[in-house]
This record gives sequence, structure tokens and C-alpha cells, in this order.
Amino acid sequence: MPKQTMVEALNTALHQEMGQDEDVVVLGEDVGVDGGVFRVSEGLLEEYGERRVMDTPLAESAIVGTSIGMAIYGLRPVCEIQFSGFTYFAFHQLESHAARIRWRSRGSYHAPMVIRTPYAAGVRALEHHSESREAYYGHTPGLKMVIPSGPRMARALLVSAIRDPDPVVFFEPKSIYRAFREEVPEEEETLPLGEAQVVREGGDITLISYGAMMQPTQEAAEMLAEEDGVEAEVIDLVSVSPLDHDTFAESVRKTGRAVIVNEAPRSFGAAAEITTRLVEKSFWYLQAPIQRVTGFDVIVPMFAYEQAYLPDARRVVRAARDALSA
Amino acid sequence: MPREVIELEQQIEHLSILDENGQLDDDLEPDIDEATLLAMHRTMLLARRFDERMLSLQRQGRIGTFAPVKGQEAAQVGTAAHLDQDDWMIPSFRETAVALWRGDATKSMVNLLLVNGGFFQGGRMPPEQRDLPIAVPVGSQTVHAVGIGYGMKYRDTNQVAMVYFGDGATSEGDSHEALNFAGVFQTPVVFVCQNNQYAISVPRERQSHAKTLAQKALAYGLPGLQVDGNDILAVYAAAQEAVARAREGGGPTLLECVTYRLSLHTTADDPTRYRDEEEVEKWEQRDPLDRFQSYLKEKELLDEDDLDALEEELADQIQEAVDEAESQMDALGDETLSMFEHIYAEMPPYLQQQRDYLAAELDQREKEGANA
Repeated sequence: MPKQTMVEALNTALHQEMGQDEDVVVLGEDVGVDGGVFRVSEGLLEEYGERRVMDTPLAESAIVGTSIGMAIYGLRPVCEIQFSGFTYFAFHQLESHAARIRWRSRGSYHAPMVIRTPYAAGVRALEHHSESREAYYGHTPGLKMVIPSGPRMARALLVSAIRDPDPVVFFEPKSIYRAFREEVPEEEETLPLGEAQVVREGGDITLISYGAMMQPTQEAAEMLAEEDGVEAEVIDLVSVSPLDHDTFAESVRKTGRAVIVNEAPRSFGAAAEITTRLVEKSFWYLQAPIQRVTGFDVIVPMFAYEQAYLPDARRVVRAARDALSA
Repeated sequence: MPREVIELEQQIEHLSILDENGQLDDDLEPDIDEATLLAMHRTMLLARRFDERMLSLQRQGRIGTFAPVKGQEAAQVGTAAHLDQDDWMIPSFRETAVALWRGDATKSMVNLLLVNGGFFQGGRMPPEQRDLPIAVPVGSQTVHAVGIGYGMKYRDTNQVAMVYFGDGATSEGDSHEALNFAGVFQTPVVFVCQNNQYAISVPRERQSHAKTLAQKALAYGLPGLQVDGNDILAVYAAAQEAVARAREGGGPTLLECVTYRLSLHTTADDPTRYRDEEEVEKWEQRDPLDRFQSYLKEKELLDEDDLDALEEELADQIQEAVDEAESQMDALGDETLSMFEHIYAEMPPYLQQQRDYLAAELDQREKEGANA
């Protein structure tokens, strides 16, 4: 298979899962005829028809709510919310029902479904199109919350999310939808939810990130190696929830230093939770205060100032140097 | 011709067959076999008596908050009566009479007592009964019914999903979205709106300026029908039509059952703050159970002796359920750690750690208690 962008890789996952499981259905706004506004569902309508690929009325709560009903009945809905900034309409269905039906019915019912939605900043978009609000979903017991950082991972992670027995919120970093290509094997690949990955090994400092922010984080690791001779270990969380703290806690027990990078608002976010787990699990190994490189506690500015809001490699490098010199 | 009338084919009818004075419209009287009539009566009476028992248990502190059904038994039983075993029922939180009709009534009472007694174990559903557990956020369950209906259509079954909600729920966005989706996708869903006149304290007129709630169906291109919800015959006839339409691929229907909550919103409610006794008395004259009993007596299907015997039988059945629920609650009292179950299919490691922490804490407290 030729190298694919993340959009193409996600599309491959949808095609393959729909092809091998008759119960997988896709629904959302513009997912059919238009193939999705980002073309993630391109070609699905032609191949699988209106019965399995539904352009819905414009109503996020019903998109998620009907998906819950379908999932309870036995289908495997993959619904798309066009931008994560519009998931709030559906938040109560996720919090009140998708996350709880297994619990409320003591396992008599469950809602295996995927809520796909593009998230995050960096594409010069309008208001409501740039947020990074994974903490809402990570904070909700009963939901899983995952974010891929590259095409190959995106394909495998979406396949696993579709097959998962629990509701999965699947954030797609739209700033890297088409930023680069990767080899995506033709044969099936899956990726366990709730397992972080060590994507670069090093003994001097641990850099922890996920999603679109893996790009500046990895760039920073290279700069640190070249400019400072520092070997950074880089961890991709993959899942915000279930959060795999063992992988990063173990890394920090080795390096003694940590920088956490995400583009969400700083307060009460995933970076805060990771910091806490490090304090709980690796406190006696820490040689410097944990550094957070995050978005600010502001509304994501529109694109005139967007780049200043977003963490970049230089901010990550500076935070790492602070940690290394402490 | 800048302004033309767009003719809409649909209209809203109000259906009443057996009025509050016992007058029967013979032409409209549905053909219901004796066994079904008596079964419906039994469930309505059981719901009424169980409601009374729940209220007394709540007042004694033996169970927590619950939502009494008194006054709405006809709207519930007359609709649910058309569901087959493999149809789905999607309740809000006041569908006691439906639950008693749908499942093994004793088991349903036990489950209701468990839930209202503070034990989520009552949310379990036997595999042969395809009903959802209660949904507390008003109106939010309507969209689930549409998804379930979509599944039924997808699998090419002739199943039907029946969803219950109230007048207050019609103001919620989800009810609108559900009716709209159901119309667009023509899912086999019967929307049963029990217009019981109040959303806690707020009267029906404050929910909508529309003359009827049934007419909302017109905006979605669906059939809508208003029925006297305290008239079991009218409810039965209307639901029969709606269920048949759904089963035959004719899509969804909105039924507005005009009824009245004769009791409390929940046991935490004081209705004297928002409605006067005269109004309640007026509706008591329209009590669906009295009306149905008069009809059955008129038909010579029920007499006072039958009723006495039935009352006794139902009292025993309720007692059996209460005893069973209390014994289950005693046993479940020690299963605190079950709160960690059924959050995910598999318990993630961090949740296991939290569970271990609480287990150790509880052990410690037990030891401290023993030493204290």
C-alpha cells in the first residue's frame, strides 16, 4: 500500500472495518455524499449504501443518542461530529448515557460505539474549530478517550476503537490530517487502547505528549540531542483514558526529569493529571520540578495569534533545559 | 401569487371512547379479548397498589426517592399492551405500570424496589426482556429509541420500539431531535407522550404555547394523535394503530395521552405549592382505574367478589416482592466494591488500584470498629 496521510489511513480503517463487519455503520453530518468535510468517510456511501452510511440531520445530540440506541441494539456505530467544538451539544448523551448504560443495567446492555471528531488548533480555522478538550472525556468514567499522532497509528487505533466493547471518543488531530505520510500496511493492524508508547528512548529526560503535539515534542527531542547532547525519552500517550501511568512513571524513574506537552488549557487538564501521577508514582526519583508546556487558560485565539498560543519545539526545549539545569 | 396556502394532509384528532361518566362509544369500542382486558386491569390495579406501598416504604425510610405513577396507569398499560416479547420499551422514570406489564411483575417490583432502595443492581434486565433501565435526564431517552428502531429496520425485523416521556420532555431539545430523526429515517418507533399536566410544578401551558402536544408531529411529517389518556379503551385503540403502522414499515407516530399525575412528582415534592385540591378532585373523577372497573363490571367481567379476591392476591404478590427485595438488599449491603464493576468491559489497572484502596479502607474500618 502506498504511503498514506492520516485522512487516508482513517478512511482505510473505515473501509476495512465496514467490509469485515456488517454491523459497523457510519453516521453524521456530511459523511455520505460529501465523504465528510475532511473526506475521512470518502467512498463509503458508494460502497456500502445509505443503509450503512447515513447523512443525518444537523443535530449532534441525536447523532450520539441514536448511536447509543444502535449500539445497545447490537450495531457498531461510528459517528462523526464534524468538529470537536460541536461535541458539547452531545456531551450530555455521552456523559449521561453512553458512559453509563453498562453500569446502569449491570452489564445487561453496553454501548460499543466510536465518536470520531477532529480537534485541536493550527489550521487557521474559525472560532469553535480549534479546541483541545480531551479532559472532559477523560474525566468521565465509562468513556475511553484516544488520540492518534500519525497515519499508521490512526488506522490501527480506529480499528481497535471500533472493535472495543466500550464507547470511545476518538479525537483526530486535524492539523496533521495531511501534514505527512506514512507506510500503512495493507494487512490488519490493531493497537490496544490504554497503552502508551515509548517512541524514542533516552536516559536524560522524559517528554510526554500525544496527538498533534507529538510533532513539536519529537522535534524538541532532536534539537536537544543535536544542540545539547541530551537524550530525551519520548512517550506518546495514545490514550488519555484509560491513562497508562506505568509507562511514563517508569521512564521518569529512569530519567528523573519530565516535560509534559499538550495544547489544552493548562488548568485541570491531562497534563495536570499526568503530573499528579508522576508525583504519586515517581516522586522519590524526581531530580527537578515537572515542567508543563501547554496551551493557556484562554479561548484559543483566532489565527492571527494562534501560533503563539500553541506549544512548539522551542518552548519544549526551553522547558527541558529548565528541568535539566534544576 | 405571492401568498399561497400550503395544504397539509395531516390533522390532529382527539380520541375518547369511554368517557368519565362511563358513556361508551359503541362504534369505537375496540375488540379486546377478555383475557387481555382482565390482564390490563390486573396490571393497572397492581401498579396502583404497589405505588401506595412504595410511598409508605419511602415514608418509613426503607427506600429512597421514587416517582409515583398514580393516575397514569391507563396511558401506560394501554400502550404497552401492544408490545410483543421481542419489542423494546424505553422508559423515562415513571413507567411502573409498563414495567409490571412487560416483565414478570414480581421481579419487576423487586428491581424497582432495589433501584429506589439505593441499589443499582435493580437496573439488571433479564435477557428475554428487551427494555432499557429508567432514564432520569428528561427527554434524553427518546433518541435512544430512534437508534434502537434503526437497528430493527437495519436487521429487517418487524419489531417496534416504544418510548415513554412526559409533557415537560417535549420542551427538551432531544425530543425534537428524536422526532425529527425518526421521521427522516422512518424508524419503527411509537412515541408515547404522557401529558400529565405538570413538569414538577410547571403546568403544561408553560411548556408550549401549542394547543396540543400531538400537533408537534405535523412539523416532522409524522402522524400525531391525542387521546384521553385516562380512557384505557382509547389509549389501547390509538396505540394499536400506531404499533401496527410501525410494524408494517409505516414509520413513527406521536401519541399524546392526556392524563394527570394524581400523586407527587417524586416523594420529594409538595404539590400543594402549585395546584389546588379542587383541580385534583376534578381529575380524581376521571380516575382511569375507576373508569375501567365500571366498564368491566358493565361487561360482567368483574364483580365485587372478584375484585376483593384480586386485591388480596395482589397484596400477597406485593408482599412477596417487598420481602424478596429487602432480603436482596440485606445481602447486597456488603457488596460495596461492586461500584467498580461495569464501568468498562474490563477494569483498567488504575481502577483496580482504586478498588483495592477502598477494599483496604473498608477492612481497616471493620477492624477499628471491632476494637472500638
